Parts: sequence; C-alpha cells; structure tokens
Amino acid sequence: MSSNLTVAHIERNASGARVDLVLVADMVERGAKVLDVGCGDGELLRLLGETRDVDGRGIELSREGVNECVAKGLAVIQGDADTDLADYPDDAFDYVILSQTLQATRHPRVVLEHMLRIGRRAVVSFPNFGHWQVRLQLLFAGHMPQTDILPYSWYDTPNIHHCTIKDFRQLCEATGVKMEKAVALNAWGSPLRLNAPWWFWNLFGEQAVFLLSRQD
Amino acid sequence: MVEANLTSPREADVPREADHPRDSAIAYFGADKPLKLDAGVSLSPFQIAYKTYGTLNADRSNAVLVCHALTGDQHVANVHPVTKKSGWWETMVGPGKPIDTDRYFVICPNVVGGCMGTTGPASANPATGKPWGLEFPVITIRDMVRAQAMLLDHLGIETLFAVVGGSMGGMQVLQWAASYPQRVFSVLPIACATRHSAQNIAFHEVGRQAIMADPEWRGGRYFLEGTDPRRGLAVARMGAHITYLSDAALHRKFGRKFQDRENPSFSFDADFEVESYLRHQGSSFVDRFDANSYLYLTRAMDYFDLAADCDGVLANAFKGTPTRFCVISFTSDWLFPTAESRAIVHALNASSARVSFAEIVTDKGHDAFLLEEPELFGIVRGFLDGARKARGLVSSSLGGKS
Repeated sequence: MSSNLTVAHIERNASGARVDLVLVADMVERGAKVLDVGCGDGELLRLLGETRDVDGRGIELSREGVNECVAKGLAVIQGDADTDLADYPDDAFDYVILSQTLQATRHPRVVLEHMLRIGRRAVVSFPNFGHWQVRLQLLFAGHMPQTDILPYSWYDTPNIHHCTIKDFRQLCEATGVKMEKAVALNAWGSPLRLNAPWWFWNLFGEQAVFLLSRQD
Repeated sequence: MVEANLTSPREADVPREADHPRDSAIAYFGADKPLKLDAGVSLSPFQIAYKTYGTLNADRSNAVLVCHALTGDQHVANVHPVTKKSGWWETMVGPGKPIDTDRYFVICPNVVGGCMGTTGPASANPATGKPWGLEFPVITIRDMVRAQAMLLDHLGIETLFAVVGGSMGGMQVLQWAASYPQRVFSVLPIACATRHSAQNIAFHEVGRQAIMADPEWRGGRYFLEGTDPRRGLAVARMGAHITYLSDAALHRKFGRKFQDRENPSFSFDADFEVESYLRHQGSSFVDRFDANSYLYLTRAMDYFDLAADCDGVLANAFKGTPTRFCVISFTSDWLFPTAESRAIVHALNASSARVSFAEIVTDKGHDAFLLEEPELFGIVRGFLDGARKARGLVSSSLGGKS
C-alpha cells in the first residue's frame, strides 16, 4: 500500500477527502486536461475525475504507487519530475499540479518552469517550513523539526528542498510567474483569513496552495 | 549432441494443421481480396484461422483482439488441438479473468506466416498444390496487422475496444495503434519494443542458422523431400528459450542440480536438469511448429521498426492518437528491457497521448507476461475497467457484473 510519500498526516473533511487536495481541486476548472506530478496513489486524480470531470494524467516516482494507480484505471506513468517533464511538449495540459512534491524535487525552480511550459496554469501545494511549530522546534529544541505533516527524521526524509511561503513567493517573482490565487491552511486544516498579511500566513499557515499562471 | 528422440519421424500434423486447422474458425479471402505485403507483392488467396470467445454485443463495441507471440497461436484459452495442453493465456483470458469473456468478445487470429491454419510457408501454395516453403513471400508485422484488419472487416467489426499482446504480440499491438488509431479504443503492449534491437536480431539469426544447418532442412523443401529439420528447429527453440528466462529464474528452478543421477556421467548426456529441460522444450516444440514458419516470423520481428516508418521520429507514429495506452514491462526481462517500454512512453507523452506505464517486479524474465503474475492481472483488469467506463460499456447488455 502506497500513500503520499512526502506527507504522512493531513486533515480530512467530512466526506473523507484530504483538505489540501480539495483545495487543489477547487482551483481546477471543470473538464480541464490535468497532469498531476508526483501523484502518489492517485487520490487527487480520482478526486479530480469524480468532482471536476477532468481528463487527468499522472507521473509517480514509486513503482508501487504507479501500479496501484493503473490498477484503479488512472493514466499514470512511472517517472521522475526532475528528469521526465522535459519530454512533454509545450501547452499539452490546462493545469500541471505539484501536490506536496515541490520540496522533494532536486531542482524546484526547473520543475516550476517546466510546469508552466507544459501547462497554461500550475497548482503547487507544499508544507510551509515557516510555520511557528517548525520555527519553535529549531529555535528552542534545537533539532530538525518533525510535525504531523513533516514526520521524517532529517536523515531519511525525501524532502530535500523545504521552503516557506515567503520563499516560494520570491521564487515566483524570480521566475516571472504570476500568482493568481493563494490559500494557506492552519494546523487544523482550515483556511486562514484571506485579508491576513503575508507574514501572518507565513507564521500560521501549516501548508499553502498556489494557483499560478504565465506572466502575460 | 541432442537426444535421439528428436530424430523420431514427425506425424503429418503440422502441414495438415497449416491448411485444415482443427477447432478453429477460418476466414477465407479470395482473389478479390488480396493481402498487399510490404515486400511489394500480394498474397492471394489466403486464409486466417482464428478463435473467438464470449459474445459480440449489439453495437459491436466490446471486441478485444489478442495478438499472439512468436511461437503462440490462436488457441489462447482452449485446449490446444496438437499438444492437448491448456491455452497459452488461460490465466488472462476467460470468464471472470482480467480479459473477461463474460464482458468482451475476444478474437485471437493466427498470424500470417504462422503454421496453425493462417496462410504461411507450411500452407499449400495454390499455384502448385504443394507447401510454399521458401517461395512464400517475406512478411512483416505490419502485414500481420493488415491481415487482422481484413479479418475484422470480414467479421463486421469496425472498432476494437482493446488490442492486447506481449512480445511479438505487443509489436502487433503498437502497429495497430500506429496504423489504425481510429479503430482501436485502447491498447496494451506488454514486454515489447518499437523496434528489434541488434542483440535480438542476433539471437534470431542464431536460431535461423541452426535450422538451416540441419541437413534435413533441404533449402526449406523438407515437405517435398520427405525430411524433417527437427534437430535444427529444436536447437533454435532451446537457444531462444534461454532468452525468455532470467538468470535468477533459471538458477532458482534448476541451479546445478543433476538429472536422475548423483554424479556427473563424464559424457555429453544431459547430466544437468537445465539441459534436460531445454531438450524437452526443443523436442516438444517441433511437434507443433514448422521450421520455415519460425524463419519467417523471426524475420518479421527483425524488420519491425515503427520509428523508421515515420522518418525516424517515433512520436510521429502516434501523433494526435485518440487511443488509450497501457504499457507494461518486467524488471528481469532482458530481451525487451524496461528501457524499450520507456521509449514508447516518452514518444506517447510527446504526442500527448493518454498513457499508463507500469513496470512489474519479477525475476521470471521475458516469459513473465505468460505466467502467474497477480500484479499484471490487476493492472490489465484495472486499465480495461477504466477504459470500459470511458467507452460507455458499463451498462452494455453483457455488463452483468459492473
């Protein structure tokens, strides 16, 4: 049984769907053509198919995840976000999604650039390393943070490029990416106030979801 | 030397089977329906021997074509009329199986160039009334597929729900997707490649030379001269059979164990179990297969190169394809390694095709696609279920177990 490789425990809503995935799905137009990069066991693709009627494809690094997806009837291939996105032609998809996978890529900036080359829009969600719990663990306990959504020890984590909400905004600016929408979730899986300042999100958002598009 | 039992006179089974196959349906294509071959000539008249399982639904949308491998035939899920053994893919095709004959109408034809009832070198040449032998034109994978398309026309089936096959069957599957994208809703190419590698051609050449080196082969005229190149064909089979297995699987199965003895005999008897096994594989193969057919079919595989048909760009073979693909490979398959399947997937991605790709962990080598591999069954079943929903076959008259 494969679960999402990078994040272990995330809140679920009343119908049992992961709240972060519901947020991602809400950012996708109905009937769109979608590529889910790092699709795990296919939960998001399944959700997108059921609730948004999308034409979904996936790439997943783990063989178990892929085989599980294919056996569910999902169009998923075994592949690596860092190397295999280059094979996709321009404008092949309406949306390219990177759900809880950014921090596990070797070259996040290159991956982000490919996403917005392959797709008109990109949706990126990631655990916020600027969350207060993370900051406090490093500051007072003096060890690499471990939380519900970042459960790994430093020596066996697949997450090699952690970033904060602030860091990610800076990456978007540096690469000329337009931020169309952003949502941050607190530790209980509820969205933070929309009109809250960025520093507030960066401190109290446990994870964030961004809808991005190419700069006109 | 090969054991003496390989020299026993053959029964007249193969030539008879080649013209009058038992327990098979036959589609006959007369002078008005020639098969145009890549070699530049036409084959006419010719016939296709095939088997069907299950029932074609009212709107003729549930047909699944199963393409057999080099030494396979149409008897995919029934007792083989020559060997009396069960069908070669009974684990995959049948009621309640992944390719479920309660849902799908399964068609499996013998390929052109084969020896089980579809016209091939062992069939009678209508011009002479004698077996074709090497007078038979060289055929290609594309010729096989063209003939299969004629069979579907003959059966009144416009589109296939799926085309499925492994190894040489997988090559036919890919050719189907490239030649007739509008006629195939989904395809499952398993343990195959878009071209035969130099190593694979080399292995085939060794097999062909083994046949041709048998003095009984007589330049392919053995039927006319009353001889039988059993030894050559058996050696070809033995060599090929090694390539279908993995080192690990051979070692697990046989190791260095002796056959019916405690100590080496200090002779060239089959001391080792693995030798005895290979000799058995060789000798049982020649009872059901024609040596010339083996030459023609290995040649067809050698010539296969899908990209070459598209100016060397594989992606062009699938440009704008509406077909759903499920590519499957096996970790220990060194004849058609995963890298070959990955090349197919890359080309399909470049064409924005809807593709799934799974690599299955097994130590059973190339033959894994024919064996008990639960993960393979799960993937085939899941992929077909997904395609069935997309095709709107769920509430068909046959879909009793949706």
